[in-house]
Amino acid sequence: MQLPDAEALCAELVKKLRPAVTAATGMVGIHTGGAWLAERLHRELGLQLPLGRLDISFYRDDYRKLGLHKSVRASQIPFDVADRRLLLVDDVLYTGRTVRAAMNELFDYGRPESIRLVALIDRGERQLPICADCCGATLAVPKGKMLRLDRNDAGRLSLRLDDA
Amino acid sequence: MRNPQSQGQLSASGELVHLLTLEGLPREIIVRILDTAGSFLGVTEREVKKVPLLRGLSVFNVFFENSTRTRTTFEIAAKRLSADVINLNVSTSSTAKGETLLDTVDNLSAMHADMFVVRHAQSGAAHLIARHVGPERHVINAGDGRHAQPTQGLLDAYTIRHYKKEFGGLTVAIVGDILHSRVARSLIHVLNILGTPEVRVIGPQTLLPSGVESLGVRVHHDMRKGLAGVDVVVMLRLQNERMRGALLPSAQEFFKYYGLTPDKLALAKPDAIVMHPGPMNRGIEIDSAVADGPHSVILPQVTFGIAVRMAVMSILGGGQRSAS
Amino acid sequence: MKIHIKGGRLVDPTHGVDRPSDVYLAEGRVAGVGGAPRGFSADRVIDATGLVVAPGLVDLSARLREPGLEYKATLESEMLAAVAGGVTSLACPPDTDPPLDEPGLVEMLKRRASSLNLARVYPIGALTAKLEGERLTEMAELRDHGCIAFSQAEVPLADTQILWRALQYAATFGLAVWLRPQDPHLARGGVAHDGEVATRLGLPGIPAFAETIAVGAILQLMRVTGTRVHLCRLSARESVEMVRAAKRDALPVTCDVSAHHLHLSELDLGYFDSHCRVVPPFRSQRDREALSAGLADGTIDAVCSDHTPVDDDAKQIPFGESEPGTTGLELLLPLTLKWSRETRLPLVQALARATAEPARILGVDAGHLGAGAPADVCIFDPETYFTVAPSGLRSQGKNTPFLGYELPGVVRWTLVAGEVRFERG
Repeated sequence: MQLPDAEALCAELVKKLRPAVTAATGMVGIHTGGAWLAERLHRELGLQLPLGRLDISFYRDDYRKLGLHKSVRASQIPFDVADRRLLLVDDVLYTGRTVRAAMNELFDYGRPESIRLVALIDRGERQLPICADCCGATLAVPKGKMLRLDRNDAGRLSLRLDDA
Repeated sequence: MRNPQSQGQLSASGELVHLLTLEGLPREIIVRILDTAGSFLGVTEREVKKVPLLRGLSVFNVFFENSTRTRTTFEIAAKRLSADVINLNVSTSSTAKGETLLDTVDNLSAMHADMFVVRHAQSGAAHLIARHVGPERHVINAGDGRHAQPTQGLLDAYTIRHYKKEFGGLTVAIVGDILHSRVARSLIHVLNILGTPEVRVIGPQTLLPSGVESLGVRVHHDMRKGLAGVDVVVMLRLQNERMRGALLPSAQEFFKYYGLTPDKLALAKPDAIVMHPGPMNRGIEIDSAVADGPHSVILPQVTFGIAVRMAVMSILGGGQRSAS
Repeated sequence: MKIHIKGGRLVDPTHGVDRPSDVYLAEGRVAGVGGAPRGFSADRVIDATGLVVAPGLVDLSARLREPGLEYKATLESEMLAAVAGGVTSLACPPDTDPPLDEPGLVEMLKRRASSLNLARVYPIGALTAKLEGERLTEMAELRDHGCIAFSQAEVPLADTQILWRALQYAATFGLAVWLRPQDPHLARGGVAHDGEVATRLGLPGIPAFAETIAVGAILQLMRVTGTRVHLCRLSARESVEMVRAAKRDALPVTCDVSAHHLHLSELDLGYFDSHCRVVPPFRSQRDREALSAGLADGTIDAVCSDHTPVDDDAKQIPFGESEPGTTGLELLLPLTLKWSRETRLPLVQALARATAEPARILGVDAGHLGAGAPADVCIFDPETYFTVAPSGLRSQGKNTPFLGYELPGVVRWTLVAGEVRFERG
């Protein structure tokens, strides 16, 4: 199937987000794809606060069944979360469980004033009441496939379809 | 040899189900534990110093041999993972009442313990317990006799990796009572698995076990020669009992020849680090000037220890990812 | 009862026999070998086709746990185990509770054993009162009540002066002293062979020289006292060499090895398998090979089971705390056969180590099947293998490092004094 151009969608997001950002805006990307996207957005939007990155492995709801994820990265939020307006960035919004875990983790850092969810693609099939505040495109993904964001050595973003 | 797989630490698919000893652990598992530990270090800097990973799980600290220090670090680690922690100091008097080790374990299993952290004065106790508990329960060896202290070995490896980055070019010296030391044995195993080219043990003949070279170490009786060009110095604690039992004449003579003082440390590399599993006997195995000096990483070891124990518990506590 | 054992392969080491031959038993003795004795009319015919007909095994060490240790095993169960294993004569060490240091106790044991009418029991008397290593026992009196030798069992006798006196006293009456050579100070605190495995497992070690130093001391004392000494359960290579030299010097020394030491080494401890907690400990591969070679060339005279039933509770605890010992009466024959195959020793020579030689050491008329010999016979199938399992063992002790092993040698009949005492159903 034809996949949208990630670079173009990214430019769209930058345009949509620019009016809302201030010097106090905090951005947090969810590893791995969300963090890549956030790095790009953070740079393009010229955000002042350094970028935060979250690894949600310790907050997933499937730990009891599947165990700890094989490679865990450190989460880093290099700014104060308390009373902060946050932009939470993920590449593909799907069941909503990743965002649920990310929000739980964010709240363990402090109480933000608000969290707005930014996603490159919304593929639907939500299992929790979560929606993106700012989205590049919606896309129906065939059963048994996973949509992933790629970043090549030159930093170019692209979308990829894998078997689940 | 019979039963080569009776170690029982790994499941049929190679996942870690118990942590009993570092001997025979695949390198990937050790690296994964160290990497995961790194992720936990940041948790303590947050407002909420916990993650919810082990919420609803019960960790029982079953200490047949007393140790407030070690027990406390496991307790902190478990609580930071949101587990429920029960501490049991099983004194020898309950065995005097006739309850065997395995009876005690069965009783605790009936109380829905998910994870046992076990410390015992007898080598092999953790293996015995692990063979006995059902598949859903996990055993972490917090020290069995002289045999193993795997979480200490892992936190020592983490510390060395933190300061020295690579194991490939290192010379590590372990000094003191290797004969009685489970810390030394575990450290030697992990250093060999991670590819440390030279591991030295330094001590008098009375404190070195038979055939210790077979563990993959070089023996030195002369500490000055043994410390020459060393990157990492690990000092072991000397127990008072060693002076009885004809192993050593006095703490003073031991300190003179095997204690780490600034002048002996000067023989090591200029950027050498000094480690100690604790608690230290100042003036017996280590001089205060060294313990408190710039080469010492003894306090960071404690912090790393909590993160490493969190990593071990979180890897053990979850389900098993299937081969897909 | 007149019994005709028909069609078997007679293996009688004493007479150097290994050939197809019938055997005829009458009135508790061997009435004839080969052709039937004149006028022999059998009450029973045992078809031994495809089977070996051998003298009943003579086991130099089997703990029957009576008196006093009945929670571990009883005379009944262990004697049944003996005949199930083809053992028709056995010597039991004096470490019962109380120890066999008084004629009354010895009499009681012998009476109990003979009332069961299974294997023949030869008690070994205590060398010192209560085995405490201080006062001598009334050895002559004990001999008159049936003790065939005197020993300290596993209790160390550190005081060499007392050891010297005990050897002198025994020599006075021509009595044999059986000693397990171990210097208690050097062995103190040890639970495994002091070598690479113990170092790796963090187990306190018993160095090989704890045994060899004791062997040296005993041999030296023997030169002076002239006592007949039997060294029990050698475990170290150097001990075998020392005995070899002593025999060249014609010292009256004999020795044995336990069947399990022929097959296992320190490597078999695995990860703290308490079934491998034995005394003396399993030592290095090199030691094991020397024991096997020593038994093959006769430096070591005999193999025994060192049968020691231990209850499960005493084994299912950490290695260093577990009780040493392995069950062995039912494995003596299979382990001896396995050993003979591995060393390629002819069966007749291998079996000698479990029949004629131990009988000679005991000083009893057993372990052979010439005309007139006591009719103690073991008829077994040397080709069939069985898997060692607790359910297959008649002994109350299920503690053996050979659980799960496939071993050769299934006993079909055991006869003692011409009566069938065991028959595999």
